Amino acid sequence: MLAVRQGQAAIALVCVVLGIMLAVQFRTTQDIRSTIPFQRIEDLSQRLNQTEKERDALLNEVHTLRQASSVTGGSKESELIKIGAGVVALQGPGVIVTIDDSKRPSKPGENPNLYLIHDDDILKVINELWAAGAEAISINDQRLIASSEIRCAGPTLSVNNTRYSPPYDIRAIGDPQTLENALKMRGGVIETLQFWGIQVNIKSLEDVQVPAYKGTFRFEYAKPVKEGAK
Amino acid sequence: MALPILGLFVGLLIGILFPISIPLEYAKFMSVALLASLDSVFGGLRAGAEERFDNTVFITGFFTNALLAAGLVYMGERLGIDLYYVALLAFGLRIFQNLAIIRRYFLKK
Repeated sequence: MLAVRQGQAAIALVCVVLGIMLAVQFRTTQDIRSTIPFQRIEDLSQRLNQTEKERDALLNEVHTLRQASSVTGGSKESELIKIGAGVVALQGPGVIVTIDDSKRPSKPGENPNLYLIHDDDILKVINELWAAGAEAISINDQRLIASSEIRCAGPTLSVNNTRYSPPYDIRAIGDPQTLENALKMRGGVIETLQFWGIQVNIKSLEDVQVPAYKGTFRFEYAKPVKEGAK
Repeated sequence: MALPILGLFVGLLIGILFPISIPLEYAKFMSVALLASLDSVFGGLRAGAEERFDNTVFITGFFTNALLAAGLVYMGERLGIDLYYVALLAFGLRIFQNLAIIRRYFLKK
């Protein structure tokens, strides 16, 4: 055995301190491992995926149930209300407007934002389409209903709380000629957009399909007015 | 030789039983200080084997080494120089040197 005759006590004392430090460091390293949220991120993203899958399945179920109920139940009026509310997929003559960001490189010193599509550009197009008598409009599979929002969400566009990136595909049912003319009007929406190089493509078709609104309706604050309580 | 090992175990036990924890941003300093202390302990053992152990030198060496190492790393962090690796390398080398000398003494007996 190694003979350390001198300073046994001092070394032992220092060893006690060393042991404490070792234990603390060991615990801290373990803390770092468990708190660095790699695992958490993985866990959360997996859960998000699962929830999204569940949501899609439930939306599909809502959709099929709605279709089934519309087959069985139905006066002429309730059918009209459903079409107006946007819960029924529609088809008919109309236009498909495809809008994409400008391919033109922005000049130095110029705001590159000018060459991107913003929510107000889309809103102008939609507004013009409604004004020209469009009966149903959808943006990238999202049917526009009374409460649909169109707004910028970072670099993407949020419609019905679903985010989309360019190109945007706007489908409208109505008189194709009127719709197209309304957009292409001199000094109108398209001309303004094309000035910035934003690519707008209008296609008139005899048969445009507009999907149904797949979300749910939820009224937390609004309640119908009772007719008798006036 | 039994007493230092016993001390180490007592220290480990105290560390585990008392929930002392240091903030994550200081973990780096702690690790360097730990390495410095380890170096001091091996140095002390070597001095004890060579029979020229000095109590004061050992105790002061232990604390100044640990504090200086942690301080050096702190300075390095402030200055944008990774002195962490310098301390790591220096203490690592010394630990292995001390270990080699202790082994020789151990084999001679």
